Amino acid sequence: MEIPYAVKARPDTGLYNAKVGIWLFLASEVMLFGALFCSYILLRVNAPEGMWPHHWLNIWLGMTNTIVLIFSSVTVVLSWASLKMGQFKRYKFYQSITILCALIFLGIKSVEYHDKFVHYKVVLTDGRIADGHLQKAETTLPVSWHLQPLIVDGRLPKGAKPTDKVVLEGWWPKDETALMDPPLGHATESIELTASQIKSMENYGPWHNTYTGIYFTLTGLHALHVIAGCIVIFAIWGPLAKVWEQDPEHYINRVEVSGLFWHFVDLVWIFLFPVLYLL
Amino acid sequence: MSDHPTSTQTLHVDEHTVEEMRHHIRRYLIVGVALAIGTALTVWASLINFGSREINIVVALIIASVKGFLVVGFFMHLISEKKMIYAVLGFTAFFFTGLFALTLWSMAHASIIQIR
Repeated sequence: MEIPYAVKARPDTGLYNAKVGIWLFLASEVMLFGALFCSYILLRVNAPEGMWPHHWLNIWLGMTNTIVLIFSSVTVVLSWASLKMGQFKRYKFYQSITILCALIFLGIKSVEYHDKFVHYKVVLTDGRIADGHLQKAETTLPVSWHLQPLIVDGRLPKGAKPTDKVVLEGWWPKDETALMDPPLGHATESIELTASQIKSMENYGPWHNTYTGIYFTLTGLHALHVIAGCIVIFAIWGPLAKVWEQDPEHYINRVEVSGLFWHFVDLVWIFLFPVLYLL
Repeated sequence: MSDHPTSTQTLHVDEHTVEEMRHHIRRYLIVGVALAIGTALTVWASLINFGSREINIVVALIIASVKGFLVVGFFMHLISEKKMIYAVLGFTAFFFTGLFALTLWSMAHASIIQIR
C-alpha cells in the first residue's frame, strides 16, 4: 500500500508528510535547546559575583567553527537548488563539501575538548593556585582517563607516590577571582610540583564547575546533532542516491528535509557561539 | 549516475524553474556573506566595552537574532512557507516565550522558590 502524500503535497495544506514531520520535530528541538538556554541563564545569573568565567574558550576557534557551519548551510541550499535544476553531479559536489565541513567542525570541537581535559587547576597545600596545561611527557604522576577530580584533599590516585612530579605549562593566579577572568595573552611558565605539595587537582571537564557543566552539555548535545545530520546527509548522498534514478521528486524532498535539520543545527550554533565564547 | 533520472518518474525542469533557482542561488550567496559579516561583527562587538556587560550581551544577542532570522527566513524558506508551518511555529514561539518568561519570573522571585 502506498503512503499518501509522501512525495506530492496534500491539497489542503500544500505540504508533503515529511515536511510537516521535520517542522514538528524542529519545534520540539527548539524547546529542548530552549530549556538548556534557560538553565544557562539561571546558572549565570545566580553565580556569585565575579565567579562566572570569561575568556576560557578560544574565540578564534569558535569563530572558525561558526564560519564553517555557515559555509555548510550555503552548500546545503546550493545542493538542493542544483537538484531542482536536475544537476545531480553538482548536488553531489556541494553535499560532499557539506560533509567535509561537518567533519572539520567536529575536528575543531575535539581540539577544544582535548584542551579542556588536559587543562588543570591545582590547589597547593600552602593555599597557592597553579593553573595550566599538563605536560604529560615530563609528569610522572599516573594520569589516566578520569571522570572526576584527580586529587581531592591530598588523596593521591591509585599507584601514585608523594614524590611523583606534576609539570604544567601555566601561571599563578592570585586567587579564584583571577582564575575566572584570566588576562588575555598572559605569560605562562613551566611549573614543576611534587604530588605531596598538592591538595587538590582537577581538569576543566564537565565536573569542574557550573560553567564547564553547561558548556559541555550544550556543545555536546549540539555536536551530537552535527553527527546525526552528517550521517543523514551522507546516507542520502551515498547509499540512497539510487532514489534519484527511481523517484527524483522523492529524493529532492529528502534532501530538503535533511537540509532543514542542518540549518537548525547552524541556527543553534549561531546563538551558542556568542553565549559561551564571547559574553 | 547521470544527471537525469532514467525511470518512469521523471523530473520536469523547465526554463522558469531554472531561472527561479538561479535567483534563489544569488540570494543564498548574499545571505551567506551577510552571515559571515555578522559573525565578524559579533566578535568585534564583544571586544568593545559598551559601558556595561549587560549592553554587550544585548548587542551580541541582537546580532545573533538577525543572523538567526537570515538562516530561518532564507535558508529554511520560512518567509515563503505554508500556513500550517506558521501555525506549528506559532505554538512553538508561544511555549518558548512562556519558558523564558517562567525563567525570568523565577529569578525575580528567587527567594520564594529558593533557587539559590
